[in-house]
Order: sequence, then C-alpha cells, then structure tokens
Amino acid sequence: MHSDWLWGLAGGLIIGAAASLYLLVNGRIMGASGILGGLLDGTGRSSWAERASFLAGLVAVPIFAAPAVGHQTTNLTSNVAVLVISGLLVGIGTRIANGCTSGHGVCGISRLSFRGMVATSFYLLGGAAVVLVFRHLLGWI
Amino acid sequence: MIRNLFAALSGGIFGLGLVVSDMTNTSKVQGWLDVFGDWNPTLAFVLGGAVVPMFFAWIAARRMGRSALGSPLPQLPGPVVEPDIVIGSLMFGAGWGLSGLCPGPAIAVAGFGGWQAALFLVAMMAGMVATPGLRARLPRLSQA
Repeated sequence: MHSDWLWGLAGGLIIGAAASLYLLVNGRIMGASGILGGLLDGTGRSSWAERASFLAGLVAVPIFAAPAVGHQTTNLTSNVAVLVISGLLVGIGTRIANGCTSGHGVCGISRLSFRGMVATSFYLLGGAAVVLVFRHLLGWI
Repeated sequence: MIRNLFAALSGGIFGLGLVVSDMTNTSKVQGWLDVFGDWNPTLAFVLGGAVVPMFFAWIAARRMGRSALGSPLPQLPGPVVEPDIVIGSLMFGAGWGLSGLCPGPAIAVAGFGGWQAALFLVAMMAGMVATPGLRARLPRLSQA
C-alpha cells in the first residue's frame, strides 16, 4: 500500500513518455478513446493503420508486462449488467466529450487547456458521485 | 511504415505505464474515486507523473513546428467549453466509477483480464459505434 504511489509515479512518467513520443514523432495526441473511437466510427479512416498499430502495442505489451511486475489482478466485477452498462457509459461519454483520461487528462492538462481541465473535473466528479452512491449508500460495488 | 512502427511503440509504452502504475487494477481506481471512504491517492501520482514529461513535450513541439516524421502538429481546439464536454464527461465518469476502467486501461487489460475485460471492451466499443447515431437524434447536444 505505501509503495502504491511509487509505482503510480513511475507508471505515470512512462505514460507521459509514451504521450510525448506520439506527439513529437507522429504529431498525434495520445487519446485512447479518440484513437479507438475514430477507428470504429469511420472518422479516422485515413489514419487507420497508425491507430491499429497503436492499439496493437497497447494490447500486446501488457500481456507480458502485467505478470512481469506482478500487476495482473484487475478486480473487475463479474456482474454482467454492471460491465455492460459501465462499458456503454464510458464508450458514449468519452466520444460525446471528445476525450478521456489520456486525451483530456494527460494531453490536455499538460498544455494547460481549459477544456481538458473542465472535462477532467467533471469525469472525476461523476466518478466520485457514483462511487459514493453505489458503494456507500447502496452497497452495490 | 515508420509511422506505424512508432505508433505501436507509443501504444506499447503506454500499456507498460498503465500496468506499472496499476491503473488496470479497478480497486485502486475506485479507491481514488472513493473520496468519502478509504481514499487511495495513487491516481494523483499517475496523472502528475504523466503530465510532467508531456508539459515539456508540448514546449518542444511548438519549437519544432512539425513532428519528427514531418507531419503537422495536431489541430488544437480553442478554450471554448461546449455543453457536450460536461455532459459526456459526467457520463464517462459514471461508467468509470461503476467499473474502475477508463478507455486506455480497458484496452490494456483486453489480453489478460478474462471474460470480464472482454465484455467491458465490447460494450465500450458498442457505445463508441452508437455515439454518432445518438448525437444525430439529440440535435440540441450536437449543436451545442
């Protein structure tokens, strides 16, 4: 528990390095929902190979890296309804908001973007409210 | 080809950072959102750690004017905040709190998270596919 923040900081720096590489070499914003969403709804057709390559790396490396650092536990719920509803909310919400934790959070806040800061405030607010209601008031999660 | 190689490299490093920071562990993420319970501050270190190199990358990008592969830098929106940003972020946050997964980690756990991770990813992708149609049915939202 006390070393959580060290792993967090180290992982954060690696995430920042990935975002920097994608910006400086490819000239792209490393936003997970935008890269995947653009591939799915056709808006990113002209850059599909670049998007697919990014996603291939993002899926492949954790398969080896997660057991290597002992972080293969996801603690994901097995409640099918919760998985489907939360997945839909994340998919629709990030596309309507045009970004998620990586695009608005990492890439937006680091360029002092007001939009990124507003988006980050509201998804943190939404997440904290849901955890408060569903964990502490209803006891469901 | 070089462009796709660096895209795969960026995605791979992103995936490494997500598992090192344990953002693929939903109980840590929900612990961060659990402000009124047993609050876990890890995510602040993850976001803080990621923002620092990226802050300098933006400065470098502005100086370079173009990406290293010669493509133009991304077109950035102005400071206007449309209602979509607020409404969408609240929806996203609700799903994030319920599951403990945001899109990056949801993709990163696909290969090792079992059927639960696969089902979440399918639902998330279905939501992404459905969004343009939903926007068209909600004209006020898309005009805003």
